[in-house]
Amino acid sequence: MDVKDNQQHAFPGDVHPTASGGILVSKLDDVINWARSNSLWPLVFGTSCCAIEMMSTASAKYDWSRFGFEVARATPRQADVIIIAGTIVNKMAPVLKRLYDQMADPKYVIAMGACATSGGPFFYNTYSVVKGADHVIPVDVYVAGCPPRPEALLHALITLQAKIKAGDKREKIVIEKFVDSN
Amino acid sequence: MNREELQSAITALNADITFEEGGEYLTANIPADACRDIMQALHNLPAFEMDYMFCLTCVDWKTHLTMVYHLESRKHAHAVVIKSKLDRENPEIETLSDIWRTAEFLEREVYDLFGVRFIHHSDLRRLLLTDDWEGYPLRKDYEDPINMIKL
Ligand code: SF4
Repeated sequence: MDVKDNQQHAFPGDVHPTASGGILVSKLDDVINWARSNSLWPLVFGTSCCAIEMMSTASAKYDWSRFGFEVARATPRQADVIIIAGTIVNKMAPVLKRLYDQMADPKYVIAMGACATSGGPFFYNTYSVVKGADHVIPVDVYVAGCPPRPEALLHALITLQAKIKAGDKREKIVIEKFVDSN
Repeated sequence: MNREELQSAITALNADITFEEGGEYLTANIPADACRDIMQALHNLPAFEMDYMFCLTCVDWKTHLTMVYHLESRKHAHAVVIKSKLDRENPEIETLSDIWRTAEFLEREVYDLFGVRFIHHSDLRRLLLTDDWEGYPLRKDYEDPINMIKL
């Protein structure tokens, strides 16, 4: 999946010129995916230091609104994407699962930073940290770093958009893999 | 009071107090059984007036536990660190939660993670961990074969 191929504002479809202007031919699925990918509302969710970087990505200097992530919602009912920004401890894991379950479909997950991808600095000799948030909920995009720079998070968000525009749902990918290996 | 004055004033409280060299703050080692009396004096006597406890924690030295209290006076702007050795097998010390209210939660945290029992504490329950947790995770010999990957 090439991010560059998915131009931010390119509307999916072909224009057939006619005498009085043109007719746009497109697929409904593509239009829906295009609309979805350009309006992803993140859930307000941060459990430790990575959240600081996430806030920085949201604020004026990096400004993720430019890509359609402007409205961070404080309720999972209105959010499309959950950015797991920080360490997930065993006590937090059920809460994360519950928040994810409360989000309406379609929903997406970004694991931000080493902690959310693998437990990171807390992989060894800790009794309390979940070794990767994907033990609890499925993850669409992983971001490396401790913490990742705001550019890295922006790249992850754009990658997620590319994934949605390409119509790659998580279920599809999982099933294809499963079928392949059998 | 400056550091030297503070040191001699604290020495006058109890003969068994020893002091550590160096460190950012004046550091006094006191016997655990005299802890409460000394702390009460540090809080109440006008010369000290340590009205602010800004840290209460514990250290596991494998041979023993050490309680560490950081006290400060807002009026006199002087600060002191008080340390007290505890027996690792049966760690017990008098609570300070009625002198400094903030100690109530901090002592619960130390009880939770190190297993120090604070005598006369009004509500000594686990704070961060679940109520049915076994063991004290910040002790150096804590083992958790399920969650812990040893390096
Ligand atoms: S990955 Fe690093 S910066 Fe991010 S939450 Fe973990 S420790 Fe903090």
